[in-house]
Amino acid sequence: MTALLTLHETTKSYGQVCANDRVSLTLNAGEVHALLGENGAGKSTLVKTICGLVQPDSGTMTWRGEPTALPGPAAARALGIGVVFQHFSLFEALTVTENIALGLDDGHANTDLTERIERLSSRYGLTLNAKAIVGDLSVGERQRVEIVRALMQDPALLVLDEPTSVLTPQEVEALAATLRQLADEGRGILYISHKLSEIRHLCDRVTVLRGGKVVAEADPKTTSPEALAELMVGQRLPQPKRASSLSPNAPVRLVIDHLSQAPNPFSPTGLHNVSLSVQAGEVLGIAGVAGNGQNALLAALSGEVLAGSAGTIILDQQPIGHIHPQGRRTRGLAYVPPERLGTGAVPELDLTDNALLSTYRRLAFAVRGLLQPGKVAHFASNVVERFDVRSAGISARASSLSGGNLQKFIVGREILQTPKLLVAAHPTWGVDAGAAAAIHQALLDLATEGACIIIVSEDLDELLMLADRIAVLCDGRLSAPIPVTEADATTLGMLMAGEPVDAAA
Amino acid sequence: MLRLEARPTPSRTMTLAAPLLALALTILTGALLFAGLGHAPGPALYHFFIGPLSDRYGLAELGVKAAPLVLIALGLSLGFRAGIWNIGAEGQLIAGAICGGGFALAVYPAEGPWVLPLMLFAAAAGGMAWAALPALLRVWRNTNEILTSLMLVYVASLLLRLLMNGVLRDPDGFSFPESRLLPDGTLLPIILAETRLHLGAILALAAALAVWVLARHTLVGFQIKVAGLAPNAARYAGFNHNRLIWLTFMISGGLAGLAGVGEVAGPMGQLVPEVSPGYGFTAIIVAFLGRLHPAGIVLAGLVVALSYLGGENAQINAGLPLAVTGVFQGLLLFFLLACDVLIQYRPRLNGPRWRNKR
Repeated sequence: MTALLTLHETTKSYGQVCANDRVSLTLNAGEVHALLGENGAGKSTLVKTICGLVQPDSGTMTWRGEPTALPGPAAARALGIGVVFQHFSLFEALTVTENIALGLDDGHANTDLTERIERLSSRYGLTLNAKAIVGDLSVGERQRVEIVRALMQDPALLVLDEPTSVLTPQEVEALAATLRQLADEGRGILYISHKLSEIRHLCDRVTVLRGGKVVAEADPKTTSPEALAELMVGQRLPQPKRASSLSPNAPVRLVIDHLSQAPNPFSPTGLHNVSLSVQAGEVLGIAGVAGNGQNALLAALSGEVLAGSAGTIILDQQPIGHIHPQGRRTRGLAYVPPERLGTGAVPELDLTDNALLSTYRRLAFAVRGLLQPGKVAHFASNVVERFDVRSAGISARASSLSGGNLQKFIVGREILQTPKLLVAAHPTWGVDAGAAAAIHQALLDLATEGACIIIVSEDLDELLMLADRIAVLCDGRLSAPIPVTEADATTLGMLMAGEPVDAAA
Repeated sequence: MLRLEARPTPSRTMTLAAPLLALALTILTGALLFAGLGHAPGPALYHFFIGPLSDRYGLAELGVKAAPLVLIALGLSLGFRAGIWNIGAEGQLIAGAICGGGFALAVYPAEGPWVLPLMLFAAAAGGMAWAALPALLRVWRNTNEILTSLMLVYVASLLLRLLMNGVLRDPDGFSFPESRLLPDGTLLPIILAETRLHLGAILALAAALAVWVLARHTLVGFQIKVAGLAPNAARYAGFNHNRLIWLTFMISGGLAGLAGVGEVAGPMGQLVPEVSPGYGFTAIIVAFLGRLHPAGIVLAGLVVALSYLGGENAQINAGLPLAVTGVFQGLLLFFLLACDVLIQYRPRLNGPRWRNKR
């Protein structure tokens, strides 16, 4: 097997933080090589180094045995390195052909190019209509556009940065076949992910990064997922446990009755007749590919967008559809928003101020308009202590906390308001595994105490682990919830893709 | 190519020191400017910065000029913190001058102790009413408040001129576009004998204290802070943004209106077509130079007030053009903004930086 790209002890620091510490890596032709690591382990920096976007502080690289340097993305492209980034860079108003033409050095969006695109996409099973407007495509289709764009350059090495975080299980399966075919043609593939099951399924070799260092290189087929997880996290993690199971005659706490929302800039799909009821002590998962109405549903539940009539949302027999966010909070709503920095917390403010953000009405932290700093500080310390938030104290700025610690703080702030209903959006997105386990346990504990919990997440594994029932959002419509004991990835995947599920199947 | 790279943690010391650094750079540039104009920089700078402060009267004049600047800047700072941009304080000042002065003229020749409080009240209400227009348009139709508030300055200025040539003109004034002189009892009391320093200076300090309490200790102050730093977090927390728009426009409009009547019932003693030398605009510089903090604004107000006095003094004693005042104010804002950019970003020369450690 011939080595394509070899990195030897490349190091890159940002200020005090060493993102890549003497990382060595060999990528071979004909091999699907996985790069596994938690968020913040240094994967992105390494990818940026390989595609010429980041210049390492020290270290060397060779390409097919020759010493080389990648001063910019053009140099990487010239060598034959193609990259598919996690965040798409497509113009929604243009067609597939036009988007691909923009990425080519001498590209013109003509019929010749259209034919090339369609030949290429059918050859690799990447079904694509080259004349379609990108804005009309699903997330999976957009990713195929990105892959085809990278393949137009006929790359020797293809880098895919977290390609499956937005795909349905069926789309992941199709991608796996494409990658295998590309590798069999003698191309090298670098596959970045934090999902163990995929890596075991797809990859020939895995390099594990932790804290900016390579901690192991292994064969994913022969290494157990537990062993891989331990390598990635650096410790063995407890599985979250539910203290008692959900009682079937628990009272219904939350009812959503034919909730609709017109499409708007924040949610192009809007919501169509969403109905749901959740029992006390129940954890309801809402799965779905991003952009299918999650934002609309979250805004409607939190009160940022009011429902058409009061009775559309009912919490403990009280209609709340017409009530603004703070009014809903005093009635027992708590909400963990999808974005930590900038929405769930103000980066420039300290933890005390951030503790005040969602609590001031429910916990009466303002008396006749005057703040009660002592009470707020006491509450903030309580959150920090009970939820093990590692920080320089309650006067530390929110921006100084790691993602996991800030998320623990936000979840703790919401849970310590003893809510009746907790809505949590992507509660462990981009959070390290230790913090994720703590957050999962806290959510289950809250459910045990009788609150009802709605978790909106793109991570199916998370929902399957925590939820009692799972409903799927697709194109602004919510499927009937499926008990988790009957839910499997195939059924959920079909619902996520908007395909009808045969009731008999 | 030169490019700017964001600093991971902007220095807190430098954030506080930047206004002083900007001031030092302004003085340095001023010295070069004076030299270029053919004046010895030493004496010219003396006449600009030290001369005006060499006696009791000069110090009192500093207060006279600083009071309206501080009053207006305090109000503006609340809006600026919330990301709500009232650029039209000059118009609100004029509206306050018209209403406050107009009230005194309407009840002329009454000068009982009830007149002055009602003048102040009318002026604040006038400033608020003028500020209500951009606030209403923003809340109702989502117009850009920067444009609407700015354009209303010119409307207010023309309205004042219209009134000066019409109903408010002094009937015994030989058709000069000026009002009657206000009766002594309707003027703001002088607080330092034999100077022009009036009650407005005390009002400005009281307002600074009030704004500090509001910003630091109230829920509204917290909401203003969050709305400016992270609008999404404000929406998440359920703050009513329209209420904040109204509130900040009303406070800044009211304080600008008070500053307006402070001129009419203070140093002017009558309504004139040019009621302010651009205090409403200069207060924007004061607000930022003071880092949007009440104590900083009081200090910055004194510094900027000195540029008004210095310009006049340098014109009289050193023969420099009065435009030097505007140049100094502009330089000060320019250097402050430049310092702020360099606090947030670090300039880097672009190019390959691939080093092999062997």
